[in-house]
Amino acid sequence: MNGLAGRGQERFAPRSKLRYGKGRAARALFLLATFVGILTLVVLLVDVLTQGVPHLSWNFVNSFSSRFAERAGIKAALFGSLWVLVLTAVISFPLGVATAIWLEEYAPRSWVTKTIQMNIANLAAVPSIVYGILGLAVFVRWFEMGQSVIAGALTLTLLILPVMIIAGQEAIRSVPNSIRLASYALGATRWQTVRRQVLPMAMPGILTGTILALSRAVGETAPLIMIGAVAYVPFVPDGPFDQFTVLPIQIFTWISRPQPEFHDIAAAGIIVLLVVLLSFNLIAILLRNRFAKRS
Amino acid sequence: MADRDRKGREDAADAGGAALPASGPDHPQHSLRAPRRRQVQESLIGGVLFLGSAVSVLTTIGIVGVLIYESVAFFRAVSPFEFLTGTRWAPLFVPQSFGVLPLLTGSLLVAAGAAIVALPIGLASAIYLSEYAKPRVRNVIKPALEVLAGIRTVVYGFFALTFVTPILQGIWPETQIFNALSASLVVGVMIIPVVASLSEDSMNAVPTALREAAYALGATKLEVAIRTVLPAALSGIVASFILAISRAIGETMIVAIAAGATPNLTLNPFESVQTMTAYIVQVSMGEVSFGTVEYQTIFAVGLTLFALTLLMNIASIFVLRRFREVYE
Repeated sequence: MNGLAGRGQERFAPRSKLRYGKGRAARALFLLATFVGILTLVVLLVDVLTQGVPHLSWNFVNSFSSRFAERAGIKAALFGSLWVLVLTAVISFPLGVATAIWLEEYAPRSWVTKTIQMNIANLAAVPSIVYGILGLAVFVRWFEMGQSVIAGALTLTLLILPVMIIAGQEAIRSVPNSIRLASYALGATRWQTVRRQVLPMAMPGILTGTILALSRAVGETAPLIMIGAVAYVPFVPDGPFDQFTVLPIQIFTWISRPQPEFHDIAAAGIIVLLVVLLSFNLIAILLRNRFAKRS
Repeated sequence: MADRDRKGREDAADAGGAALPASGPDHPQHSLRAPRRRQVQESLIGGVLFLGSAVSVLTTIGIVGVLIYESVAFFRAVSPFEFLTGTRWAPLFVPQSFGVLPLLTGSLLVAAGAAIVALPIGLASAIYLSEYAKPRVRNVIKPALEVLAGIRTVVYGFFALTFVTPILQGIWPETQIFNALSASLVVGVMIIPVVASLSEDSMNAVPTALREAAYALGATKLEVAIRTVLPAALSGIVASFILAISRAIGETMIVAIAAGATPNLTLNPFESVQTMTAYIVQVSMGEVSFGTVEYQTIFAVGLTLFALTLLMNIASIFVLRRFREVYE
């Protein structure tokens, strides 16, 4: 690089040393920045684990909340979360898949389709608390469902639908077109093609998207606070019209207490929440592998 | 190309569905036309699927309708002028006051702090991942960033209150227990993955030929990254910035936990502030009866929040479309 001798050197000075030096410094800076996020993640997990692990016990998982930190447990929230989760899954999965199929396989190329598509992209970026406001006004007040599991599940369904639809569309789009054409060539109708060719091939992607969306629903706090899932709930919900609370809200109410003991059990609650979320991601991976083998 | 594929697919579907001519006179009983029952079934299924899609449209209509309907009731009691220019927000105390500015500045203060943290760090991570990192390093760092994105906000709130705030109080003793700084630092960490992954996507989309041309002119790696790749990917980067800030404004739990609940018209990050989202949470946790002005504040503040984030989302889509550099 320094070999450019002669007359040109006065006019063209590559200053290689300086420029490569800058390059090395910048590289180090970029690497450092990349590790800021990861380092924070590690510190956060260590912080939660050191505070929470001493308070984890079977009693903690199997008791209801209490005014006394040492007796408080997370049972009601755990079961509440499971109830909401199952209901949300049952309602959102068919809706999400139907919309994804319609948009990818049925929708005409028109402004209606474009508007719907645009609308879904926008909905995905609406703050979650706004869904809570919608749930409060429509499900809790208008349909008079009260502060029930079903109202929570419907609110979360609307919240995660855009994410599920977008994931589903991507999965359906990744099915090669030759498969569809072959199916039509054999005389299959559109629905037969979708049902027997496209859906089975797209299923791993759809399921992964669904489970990731559901894991978002499990951790969602603000919209459920809006619909009133904050009350002290010393029981496990029996049906979709019972009052309930969920893990993140239970954690939130503990954090909001001024006493440090409650912060410790909040950390223990966070560990339970993280375990639930982790097992979700594990199920997603297992399901995907199973389906991938079959098709 | 995709359009042509799709066209072919639709023609084929129509043929399979109905339009094939019936076979010749030799085999009158073997019609290739789908049976009538199946044709009815087909259009029924199409209709059902369409109804499913209508839910997302209804959701939007529901959100806008509910927010506007209740806000109109609110603005009958409180003049929009007072709402938008008042500097004191105290709907739950006597004397009541409905100036939204303290909540708005609270949200913007937190979002600005978060942006100061997340935009440079996220962009630097994106440059590192897209231009420098070897595949093996990427395969470790990208999933780690995804985990960071998967951490729930209530967990971040806990971290802000019990870990970050004590450290800040150690450095600046005047820091209040609930303060804007702690919340905005942690919101910043939360939105790093948004900036990093979207920016990286758009930098990856810059064709290699452009980089090679810059190298051929004698540029160093840094110069290629900053002067060639960055400008070419600018629309995606700006869009990711806007989207991340919009996410920070809409963020609820971190600020509800760590920033406090005192509407405070201040730019001092060491003080407690209340954001629009934290206010909505506060009201809905208390006992506010249905139909009162206090109840309607939720919707007026919600409408403000929704309008603000919607504008930003539309702006990010616009930037992406309008300023995208298209190669090939």
